[in-house]
Amino acid sequence: MIHSIVLLPLIGFMISCLLSFFKNDQTLDLISQVLTSLFISISAVLSFYLFIINLTDPQIYKFILFSWITSGDLSVNWSLYIDSVTRVMLVVITSVSALVHIYSIGYMSHDDSKPRFMGYLSLFTFAMIMLVTADNFLQLFFGWEGVGLASYLLIGFWYKKPSANAAAIKAFIVNRVGDFGLALGIFTIYMVFGSIEYQTVFENLDKFNATNFNFVGYEINAITLICFLLFIGAMGKSAQLFLHTWLPDAMEGPTPVSALIHAATMVTAGVFLVVRCSPLFDLSVEASSFVTLVGASTAFFAATIGLVQNDIKRVIAYSTCSQLGYMFFAAGLGAYGAAMFHLFTHAFFKALLFLGAGSVIHSVHDEQDMRKMGGIYIFTPLTHAMMVIGTISLMGFPFTSGFYSKDAIIEAAYLSDALFSNYAYFLGTLGVVMTSFYSWRLMFLTFNGNTRMEEQKFRDVHESPYVMLMPLFILAIGALSFGYIFKSYFIGSASDEFWNHTIANHHYEPHYIPFLIYYLPAMLGIVGFIVAWYMYLKNTKLPVAIASLNEPLYKFLLNKWYFDEFYHYIFVIPARGIGRFFWKIVDGYFIDGFGPNGIASIVLKISEKARSIQTGFIYHYAFSILIGLSFLITYFIFVI
Amino acid sequence: MTASLLSFYIFSTVILISSLMVITTKNPVHSVLFLILSFFNGAGLFIILHAEFLAMILIIVYVGAVAVLFLFVVMMLDFKVSIDKNNILQYLPIGFFVGVVFISELMIVLINTKFDLSNIQILVNPMLKFENLTNTEAIGSILYTDYILYFQLSGVILLVAMIGSIVLTLRTRDGVKRQSIQAQLDRNYKSTITMVDPKSNEGIDI
Amino acid sequence: MIELNQFLILSALLFSIGVIGIFLNRKNVIIILMSIEIILLSVNINLISFSHFLGDLTGQIISLFVLTVAAAEAAIGLAILVIYNRNAGTIEIEKINSLKG
Repeated sequence: MIHSIVLLPLIGFMISCLLSFFKNDQTLDLISQVLTSLFISISAVLSFYLFIINLTDPQIYKFILFSWITSGDLSVNWSLYIDSVTRVMLVVITSVSALVHIYSIGYMSHDDSKPRFMGYLSLFTFAMIMLVTADNFLQLFFGWEGVGLASYLLIGFWYKKPSANAAAIKAFIVNRVGDFGLALGIFTIYMVFGSIEYQTVFENLDKFNATNFNFVGYEINAITLICFLLFIGAMGKSAQLFLHTWLPDAMEGPTPVSALIHAATMVTAGVFLVVRCSPLFDLSVEASSFVTLVGASTAFFAATIGLVQNDIKRVIAYSTCSQLGYMFFAAGLGAYGAAMFHLFTHAFFKALLFLGAGSVIHSVHDEQDMRKMGGIYIFTPLTHAMMVIGTISLMGFPFTSGFYSKDAIIEAAYLSDALFSNYAYFLGTLGVVMTSFYSWRLMFLTFNGNTRMEEQKFRDVHESPYVMLMPLFILAIGALSFGYIFKSYFIGSASDEFWNHTIANHHYEPHYIPFLIYYLPAMLGIVGFIVAWYMYLKNTKLPVAIASLNEPLYKFLLNKWYFDEFYHYIFVIPARGIGRFFWKIVDGYFIDGFGPNGIASIVLKISEKARSIQTGFIYHYAFSILIGLSFLITYFIFVI
Repeated sequence: MTASLLSFYIFSTVILISSLMVITTKNPVHSVLFLILSFFNGAGLFIILHAEFLAMILIIVYVGAVAVLFLFVVMMLDFKVSIDKNNILQYLPIGFFVGVVFISELMIVLINTKFDLSNIQILVNPMLKFENLTNTEAIGSILYTDYILYFQLSGVILLVAMIGSIVLTLRTRDGVKRQSIQAQLDRNYKSTITMVDPKSNEGIDI
Repeated sequence: MIELNQFLILSALLFSIGVIGIFLNRKNVIIILMSIEIILLSVNINLISFSHFLGDLTGQIISLFVLTVAAAEAAIGLAILVIYNRNAGTIEIEKINSLKG
């Protein structure tokens, strides 16, 4: 059964690959869509079943499929290792992926290469499952790279658009920077522990706790170094502060891609890595503090940018970035259970928001700029309702999933006395206001108020087909109820039994929090709602006025804190200059000059000079014979 | 000063002077004549060395055939008696230098070498065997027995030379009518006579 | 008594005269052929003198064959010269450079 969870997406991918060769055959397209959706749905049901039966008294399943590398001391296997963390991730991955597959049947109905899309989605799912069911770092890295590849393929799915190609390359390269850190981390693990299996590493932590590792000349505590390097990988994959530049551009891909990859699964791979290596992070105070710092800063930073963006998908993308920051700083504070819980709930309501946005885009005929929407809730009531559900879950309205998970994180920040906990608490709370504000801003600009669309287009707005709405319904159920249902297993009374020592969870019991602090996030959420309502429904001239008053700040936020331009100057231009130098001068002038081209022209010149020896006059030839003869005779007389 | 030594000096002086004149005289006929003179003196040198047969052969073959052939060609072709003074002076220094080096080396070697020819063990055809024979008989007794192969080969060489000369210079002139007996004998009535039945007042197309 | 060395010196001088004749002439190709004959004559003198002083008859046999080959080669050379004159119209040294590279 567990093998089928892993293998069904792979089979779906291969079948789609095969079918993608037959272009524009209606039946085959339908077969590929239905088949892949069916496979992933079976996977989803099976993983959900696995999750449910292991809520109490969880088991650890371990299967070794076959051996991959045996080289000297290093022995790595393809294996499936399913514990509680894995089960949570499996539920998230397969259910969101199944719903995205079904949604794509409707969303991509006008596209030419449906099998290719479904195939890539299945490939992504397979790679992600490989990542979470690994029992050694190398298989994790395989899955890591696999999802990076699938992300590249999917972002650049409409490859005829140059902006999509550029965005895909940007995603891949920025991910690469993170992957480099991850690879270095895995190498360090191997050098310190002698093995890269989780079991060996986690069991031998005490032995290597105080060893130092020589890293480019500096002696650093080995565990701290490993955690730093692994976290750099997580930063790249989960779009944290400095390696975030790819996430907004990744919205060039189709909306289902954004929902699957950039809301629920790939970006959570980083969180999964940190949680999986929680024993390691627990031992290193410096690394945990760094994680907290980066996570909190990202949460704040991304929320500020999301305040002023005009593209509907970009707002939700920055919201994802921000929420990931929350998950990371929870992990940094030691509240790994809270981080996993927020990952779980966030997957559902963020996927709901993305798919809802996709439905909106579909309804308004591929318009993505919110300034050109408005007032469409009359025509799309169901989509509107679903997005309201997603938004209230995101902002943390009481008794929704987001309420439980987000509040757990903020309470953990309040209760903790780790290095950056106050900083994290402050920024996290600010982030709640901003999250609520921009989420409701999105809702009001899109659905309510007077329309800013053209008359003709406005009348053509229609509800999306049921094949696209059905996943929204299911996700809404999850967004509303999963928080309450599974709360105690993740962070509550049954959490010790649930996690069963797989992660080093710290408990932050919310008994000692003042009443005001406990309800502060919910109240701040309502404050954000009121401010957004006022600015975008009541007094619609206010946003423009505020923007024009604070022109520099507005521009700063609109241009994403100028990170892209900064990176362009620091990295892209020098890299291009170096590349050009190596191409033109080293390769062109030196290597070609002394190599093929140079030698060819030198040969030509020499042969031209040599040609002039052949004068055609016989007596010249005879003369040269005589000269040679004289030399020979001289040689024989005087030397021998 | 024996007679042989005197005659040797006379012959060698004349041969050297005449070969110099071969290459320096302007008139090509003169140079052929000087060549003939050096051949004669060479024959004289051969007689001093007790090789009469070869001396006579030299005169008969070389002078009588080859030099006469040269004379024929010189007379036949139209030589322009021209000297371009510039070109000689251009190449003279280096040529002179190389020539002097060459000659002086040869002289140095040959003057200082002492040949000890008293105990030569390996002699293929020692002359002692032919004490009582004339030179001609001596050469004949070994040429047709031990060296028969080389003799035949030299005959083949001469044959090849003859064929080569003929092939090179043979040309057929245009406009000369010749008989071809083969064509005459191959003539057939079918290809030469046609029977025609002309109608009155009409001509024939041939 | 004539020494072998004297004959050898004579032969060497004749040889070098012949060689000089090949490349120091500016007039025509016949001189080259005649210089070749001079060279062959010097070789013959060398062979015969060695034959006399060693007491071996082989030298004279070889000299006979050299004579034969020289005659054949002179004939062919003159034939080529005649043909060349027929085609090129002249046998001046300066004009014979169609092998120029």
